[in-house]
Amino acid sequence: MHPAFSVIIFTTSSGAGYGLMALLGFLGMFGLLPTSQTFGAVALGLAFVLITGGLLTSTLHLGHPERAWRAFSQWRSSWLSREGVLAVATYVPMVIFAIGWVILGEPAQFWSWFGLAAAVLAVATVAATAMIYASLVTIPNWATKWTLPVYLALAVMTGALWLAVVLCAFGYSSNLVGNVAIIAVIVAGLLKRLYWQSIDTAVVVSTAESATGLGHLGAVRVLEQPTTSATYVMREMGYRIARKHSDRLRRITLGVGFLVPLILLAAASAVENPLISGLLIFLAALAGSLGVITERWLFFAEAKHVSMLYH
Amino acid sequence: MTSLPAQTPDRQLGLVIDLDICVGCHACAVNCKEWNSGGHSAPMTDWNAYGGETDSEGQDEGAWGVWFNRINAYEAGDGTASQTVYFPRSCLHCADAKCVTVCPTGASYKRSSDGIVLVDADLCIGCKLCSWACPYGAREYDATDKVMKKCTLCVDRIYNDNVPEAERIPACVSTCPVGARHYGDLGDPNSEISLLVAARGGYDLMPEMGYRPTNKYLPPRPRQVAEVVDLNPSPAANDGTTAGAGNNLLAWVDAMLSR
Repeated sequence: MHPAFSVIIFTTSSGAGYGLMALLGFLGMFGLLPTSQTFGAVALGLAFVLITGGLLTSTLHLGHPERAWRAFSQWRSSWLSREGVLAVATYVPMVIFAIGWVILGEPAQFWSWFGLAAAVLAVATVAATAMIYASLVTIPNWATKWTLPVYLALAVMTGALWLAVVLCAFGYSSNLVGNVAIIAVIVAGLLKRLYWQSIDTAVVVSTAESATGLGHLGAVRVLEQPTTSATYVMREMGYRIARKHSDRLRRITLGVGFLVPLILLAAASAVENPLISGLLIFLAALAGSLGVITERWLFFAEAKHVSMLYH
Repeated sequence: MTSLPAQTPDRQLGLVIDLDICVGCHACAVNCKEWNSGGHSAPMTDWNAYGGETDSEGQDEGAWGVWFNRINAYEAGDGTASQTVYFPRSCLHCADAKCVTVCPTGASYKRSSDGIVLVDADLCIGCKLCSWACPYGAREYDATDKVMKKCTLCVDRIYNDNVPEAERIPACVSTCPVGARHYGDLGDPNSEISLLVAARGGYDLMPEMGYRPTNKYLPPRPRQVAEVVDLNPSPAANDGTTAGAGNNLLAWVDAMLSR
């Protein structure tokens, strides 16, 4: 599949934003976060910027962004529509939670329920995003049981990394968030490895023979394409990445996205100087997000669409 | 609206393509483009039609455009047993059309009256997800109109009172010079077209995808393996009583007639 730049930025940015929102909601519910209003404003503000920036970017790949509101109507059948509905619905408890925390200074008790609701909706939004891909049987590399867990784990991972950065910036040291981030990095990295393993060993179901129904005559080869130049389908679905490039990019993803943040987080917890440990955590978050961008690019580039069997 | 019809449509209008007959002339694709340039999904935009536009790598982008019907040629089998098969492809108007259910806006829909899958261009946001959901590569994005387009089964022709009744068939079917395309109600097991499918062993493309396409393909008939006729028999085989050339011709005619 041709990597869609706006979709890659959208899922990376909004994923981190929803992960951050989910952690703020869940951890806030149990009183595990600082209650400072400025901390709340910056943490929720960052989540808001990441989510909204991503959502706005996602409309860039639409032919008619001015009609995007219509996408809220088909939630009965379409995961893309469900994603849209959940994405917007998340804002409602999120804003109420922000009013309680940032303006009234009461993140606990009554207002924390809105934080929890926003957290649940944030997770559901990321799940809906993943299901858009996981439900496309036409792209076997996406229709795997690992697609959903990987999206969720990467959202929590990047959310935890950026939460650690905000905590650090306010001079808080939270072993809990640091540990959550480390565990999330390890889990997400393992899930991604399992995803790659599953697509590498998947049994090929559709072939040029099943696509044409001519298998009884022998192996089927393309003799002539429909036109001399590539069609829309060939341009959109026909993106191919060389095996050696994909191997290298997988190693880069594992290194930059998981290994580097893990080492930096471990180093940060060992360093006494808060400035240096803060810098290390910031670099860890940056590396994690860069790793996710590479991962998303590969997610597209490695995916083969069955319609290309005709070409 | 992008849920599929709850009931199986009363009629399942569709096409049957005879791969035994198709000669790959592209007339169906050309007439499709011609009719639809003034129809339901008009215009059928073309880009870089005269060349000269380059892509990011400095190569000519090639002339391309929106077509609802594409003809490939495939080679199946090896050596002397191999066969060339011309293969027109268009929307199969699937019973389980996931291109419809993934649509977030209700622009894509399947008609409950006749099973035709259409796009309402006024509702389409151009997200392209439907084209990702189609295993057959039948949907094409119009980068100028910024909406998705697809075969309409000539919905603006088959019900059109302004065209003579005999011509109320899809443009591709009407123009096929060899009669390789058939149109009819595939939901009725006793329709002429359904009987043809049953008689010729018509099949679904990529049945494993589970989309249950309405359109069917008729397989090429088995090759009749003729004896290899030697058109230049050695002189020794000629008894010299008649002219060699005439003998060869008669032998060839004899061989052809006894196939």
